[in-house]
Amino acid sequence: MIITQLKDIDEIYEMVKDYDRILIAGCDGCVQPPRSLNEAKVLGQLLELKARTQGKDLTWKAITVLRQCDDRIAATTVGPHVEKYNAIISLACGLGVVMLNKVLPKILTFPAQNSHFGGVQNNGENYFIEYCEECGDCVIGETGGVCPRAGCAKHLSNGPCGGMVDGMCEVGGYTIPCAWVNIWKRLKEFDRLDLFKKYRGPRDYRTSTSPGYIPIYKEYTNEKEVEEAKD
Amino acid sequence: MAKRPAFSKLCKAIEAGHFVFTGELEPKKILDLGEIFHSAEEMKKTGKIVAANVTDGPQGDAYMSSLAPSYLIQDKVGIEAVWQVTVRDRNRVALFGDVVAGAVLGLKNILTLTGDHTALGDHKKGRPVYDIDSTQFCEMLSIMIDEGTDYEGNELLGGKIEMNFGCVANPNSNPREPEILKVGRKVEQGVDFIQTQTAFDIDQAKDFLKDLEQFNVPVLLGVFPLKSHGIAWYFDNYIPGVSVPKDLLKALKKAEKDNKGNKQGKYAALDKINIEFFEPFIKEIRKTTKAAGIHCMAVEYERLFDPLLKDYPKYVEKVT
Repeated sequence: MIITQLKDIDEIYEMVKDYDRILIAGCDGCVQPPRSLNEAKVLGQLLELKARTQGKDLTWKAITVLRQCDDRIAATTVGPHVEKYNAIISLACGLGVVMLNKVLPKILTFPAQNSHFGGVQNNGENYFIEYCEECGDCVIGETGGVCPRAGCAKHLSNGPCGGMVDGMCEVGGYTIPCAWVNIWKRLKEFDRLDLFKKYRGPRDYRTSTSPGYIPIYKEYTNEKEVEEAKD
Repeated sequence: MAKRPAFSKLCKAIEAGHFVFTGELEPKKILDLGEIFHSAEEMKKTGKIVAANVTDGPQGDAYMSSLAPSYLIQDKVGIEAVWQVTVRDRNRVALFGDVVAGAVLGLKNILTLTGDHTALGDHKKGRPVYDIDSTQFCEMLSIMIDEGTDYEGNELLGGKIEMNFGCVANPNSNPREPEILKVGRKVEQGVDFIQTQTAFDIDQAKDFLKDLEQFNVPVLLGVFPLKSHGIAWYFDNYIPGVSVPKDLLKALKKAEKDNKGNKQGKYAALDKINIEFFEPFIKEIRKTTKAAGIHCMAVEYERLFDPLLKDYPKYVEKVT
């Protein structure tokens, strides 16, 4: 899931205050907490109230999109509404906002949300937790399935650090477990402390530099072998 | 790996079998190094403190970089520096550059640290670096010193880096095992010495030193004489994993209360409490453990050195 938080209503209003007809697009994709038609509608009502306090009229319409990050779905769902409006507010994660700006280049789409991380929700816990930072160089095969990058405030390859107290991390006031203690516990349970003791060399950050471009389709042909066989 | 020669006075003193003492200096948000020089001079005068650690933005605060004061105490005061370098603020390129600069300035000891997270400091919005971690920094230093190249193997021209480096270990760590295993990884990467976080619990400290014996690396146990009740209270509450014994806290508070308005009396009472606590503490460590010495973090508390170290011989001038 892509974990997001709604921006402050004043911040959203500030971005769109110069527009009087706004289309608000929810997203039914992986954005969490859900930002669908109801959330889009509530945001429209709040912005309308805010506009009134400033002595302005605001006309809005709420819609929802199956997945805003899919160019074809985004274009075909949102596209037909665009003519009547002069700005879009997206309730998707950052991917959706960028995508709407790309597939609907004649109208500006503004973000209603801050996108935080790809995370999970554990039953009974009042947190969305970052389990993976999509670094492009997965090491959790050596760390008992616990990620020392997404899970460690210092992204250490050889933890824990001195900021660990009673198994908790100095960042966040000792309320978040130290990933390296979790790694140690997990590997100890499976009698694999050999993996814990192992020194891990410096990380290659080229796997996660921005902007990321990874080819979708790769090619293979036997042309070369055929040519060589002829010789 | 062949043992690295002792380049620094600190490592030479340890090698010669002296029970060594190191002190600590904390450059803060200041331009004036007067107090740092004064403390360094007092340390030098003892003849028993072989080197002074110079901290690098402790608690994540933006302070003067440790490089300049490390050089200046060597140059102006004549006491060796243990230059603390964290990986919090510099990537591998900057670390290489700084280490070479430090070598050119004649620094002989580096203490490698991860560094308290920026989220704890006075620039909480800042982006921490942590490009390499402190263990990888140890590997990088081994390569720079022993092989004369940068981390990628490109030759460093014009001479050899003659430095020793250490790592830290935390006797207060709970759980203990991952801490010990981590120190093991650092030892594998060629550290010359270990300085520990401060210890107040003698049994815990002895136990921890026992656990470190397997690595066969000299360990300087950290102690932190408490200059005032306020410092003790801050330490107890804000320094990760350190708890000051309740009796000690109470005694310091009482000493300050009883001597309100009497500065000299207050100092004498506070010093007495510290001597009574730390003198037997250090003696016990020396007598019953294999610790190579004590890292005495008496920051700006130099008047304690003489009474605290009175029973130890002067050895620094013998080390060349």
